[in-house]
Amino acid sequence: MDGTVTIRLNGKAREVAADITVSGLLDELGLVPGMVVVERNREILARESYATVRLSEGDRLELVHFVGGG
Amino acid sequence: MSKQASADTPFVVGSREFASRLIVGTGKYPDNETMVRAIRASGTDMVTVAVRRVDLDRTREEGILHHLDPREFFLLANTAGCYTADDAIRYARLARAAGFNEWLKLEVIGDETTLLPDTRATLDAARVLVAEGFKVMAYTNEDLITALRLEDAGCVAVMPLASPIGSGLGLLNPYYVRAIKERCDVPIVVDAGVGTASDACLTMEQGVDGVLMNTAIAAARDPVRMAAAMREAVVAGRLAYLAGRMPVREVAVPSSPPLPE
Repeated sequence: MDGTVTIRLNGKAREVAADITVSGLLDELGLVPGMVVVERNREILARESYATVRLSEGDRLELVHFVGGG
Repeated sequence: MSKQASADTPFVVGSREFASRLIVGTGKYPDNETMVRAIRASGTDMVTVAVRRVDLDRTREEGILHHLDPREFFLLANTAGCYTADDAIRYARLARAAGFNEWLKLEVIGDETTLLPDTRATLDAARVLVAEGFKVMAYTNEDLITALRLEDAGCVAVMPLASPIGSGLGLLNPYYVRAIKERCDVPIVVDAGVGTASDACLTMEQGVDGVLMNTAIAAARDPVRMAAAMREAVVAGRLAYLAGRMPVREVAVPSSPPLPE
């Protein structure tokens, strides 16, 4: 693995290892895959693809989950 | 309460039966433990949740599923905070991707001050989401025509407000809510504006199928106790509706037989 890439994660720039997978990122963030939904460049990713989808420079990632609401 | 006294048609929405006619929101509680206790005390089996960005700056995990068991309560995701049909559709898809169900409380807000619904955007979003297989419970104002259009669009329930979200003003327009109930075939759930138990009771006395509330419980001094009050109020209002109230008269009518001459 060489170097890092910069992605936008929930609106903020973040450096991650080049070729990191979505699973790898969630792991790094301490998030349980079953508890979050991942949108990459405005497309919702299927949970089954987390382990295979690798992040690239400039990817925009949104991580959302359920919170309290009416 | 005897079984016979409580005999009623079941509360069915989109072919799913719910034990309680009360739907409860999960926002604004003083803490998560109080929220869970209040929701249990309310007797509800359906709770609303919102979809938001994970707060990555927090070390504490604040996702609601760490506190609420989705096997204990049916989760109804909302699109609260959305101001356009496109946003509502996007959040609906995100909610469904969480993998629990395809149900949705569709809410498209039209104005920041009153939080009143944008009914046209709501209708636009409803049509798209119904076509995508969502079971849409649509939050709207107490306008009959919009309610009929939402029903036509394929919503599984229409949810007119009692009064603005979080206002606690109670049921401002019982006449219009009754008109909606009389004309729509889908379940009518009054959503937003209930402030206290008598509001919930009065709302159910109009003959609507259910009530959805959040702030009335969450912002009470004792949310757990208010949740229990709401449970009773919804049952009482429903029973009173089924029982059929006595006519109102502007003259006194004695309850006891007259004395002999």
